[in-house]
Amino acid sequence: MLNFNYHRPQSLAEAASLLGAKAEGKALAGGQTLVAALKLRLAGPTDLVDLAGVGGLKGISREGNNIKIGAMTTHAEVAASSEVKSAIPALAALAGEIGDRQVRNRGTLGGSIANNDPAADYPGAVLGLGATVHTNKRSIAADDFFTGLFGTALGAGEIITAVSFPVPKRAAYVKFKNQASRFALVGIFVAETAAGPRVAVTGAGQSGVFRVAAMETALAKDFSPAAVTGVKVAAQNLNSDLHATADYRAALISVLAGRAVNQARGG
Amino acid sequence: MSTRISMTVNGKAVSAEVEERTLLAAFLREHLRLTGTHVGCDTGHCGACTVLLDGKAVKSCNMLAAQAQGANVTTIEGLAAADGEMHPMQVAFKASHGLQCGFCTPGMVLSAVELAGKLKNPSEAQIREALDGNYCRCTGYHNIVKAVQTGLANMG
Ligand SMILES: Cc1cc2nc3c(=O)[nH]c(=O)nc-3n(C[C@H](O)[C@H](O)[C@H](O)COP(=O)(O)OP(=O)(O)OC[C@H]3O[C@@H](n4cnc5c(N)ncnc54)[C@H](O)[C@@H]3O)c2cc1C
Ligand code: FES
Ligand code: FES
Repeated sequence: MLNFNYHRPQSLAEAASLLGAKAEGKALAGGQTLVAALKLRLAGPTDLVDLAGVGGLKGISREGNNIKIGAMTTHAEVAASSEVKSAIPALAALAGEIGDRQVRNRGTLGGSIANNDPAADYPGAVLGLGATVHTNKRSIAADDFFTGLFGTALGAGEIITAVSFPVPKRAAYVKFKNQASRFALVGIFVAETAAGPRVAVTGAGQSGVFRVAAMETALAKDFSPAAVTGVKVAAQNLNSDLHATADYRAALISVLAGRAVNQARGG
Repeated sequence: MSTRISMTVNGKAVSAEVEERTLLAAFLREHLRLTGTHVGCDTGHCGACTVLLDGKAVKSCNMLAAQAQGANVTTIEGLAAADGEMHPMQVAFKASHGLQCGFCTPGMVLSAVELAGKLKNPSEAQIREALDGNYCRCTGYHNIVKAVQTGLANMG
């Protein structure tokens, strides 16, 4: 690992100005992805700005019809939160299925979505629930936030502060785990929201998480497993790797979407 | 380039000037000579390097020492009582023969200790799932699960 300068600011303003001043600066949250990237020299920042000391970035609260979760809230905290479990059980369950116990004790919501790994779980929930990502500069709708493989709408030095998840009528997340890494080989987040059904697919897309409009239309008419299991997603834009072919992932999407709808209906 | 870090390790306050890139695992092993914390994969997968950070199980190879600033760290060396009496989880691993080569054991034991208070009378399946962040290449897990079950019962 190449060395870097380490900063531990106490306020968001200070963190932002540190990141703004350093051409090769990077925010540090739980380190569960970034430390490995530093070891492999996939990332080589001159400066790391640790957000652990910044106040106001942690915690879970209900705001109207939204559950607002601070960027530095860990997966374990979301999984154990009675607020999340009662309002959006699918979200708590998703957080509880990320990686393993030690990873969940350190990894954060903000770090996960800023990284936007194509096999990560949280992007499925953020897109599937139509959440809003808050940063130190603005609020970004989920549909505009994820911009491709490891890509987001975040500008240089922009810091995620929280995510607001609208409480759906019902929702479920079904993940087919890669047995070795536990990341999603395919993960489907299905939600019936005030604005209609949403279906988000993670783990499969060449450009990361995506919605399946044909499934959403079918669910708007009939919120049942049969409505989605017949909808096929073209394998052409899906990932093929040593874990699964694109065709296999395409087949999983239809099967898991059916299971997710069944689960959302309480089945 | 270096940074000053301070934390409490096994009840003792420690402070040192380290390179920023120092991992918590390296700080424990190389600076404090607490070599009971094992590094197996160095990629955040195997869990051999697990320590308790403010009571929570974390992989010390997957975080910087600087991230433990101000925290309370417990390594395997800090589990036994001052008079040498082993922690109930250590006793259970010994009694149930929950180890063979012992490489995974410090991480297994600390990871298991975190479960106390979280799982009440856990089933075998619950324990297996809860240990998903710790790999063992020797035992086949069977006796580890038994040891954790006994250890948790004896921790009360
Ligand atoms: C063994 C293992 C298994 C895993 N399994 C899974 C899994 O099954 N599913 C899954 O989804 N993930 C999995 N992960 C990844 C894990 O969820 C990470 O916690 C997450 O990807 C990154 O979160 P972090 O807080 O550790 O971020 P860090 O590693 O600290 O940072 C990641 C990136 O996000 C940026 N960043 C962090 N916080 C912010 C912020 N507030 N604003 C702007 N940018 C920010 C950093 O600059 C960096 O580029 C796994 C990780 C490991 C080690
Ligand atoms: S050595 Fe840290 S997880 Fe393997
Ligand atoms: S006892 Fe050898 S790795 Fe577990």
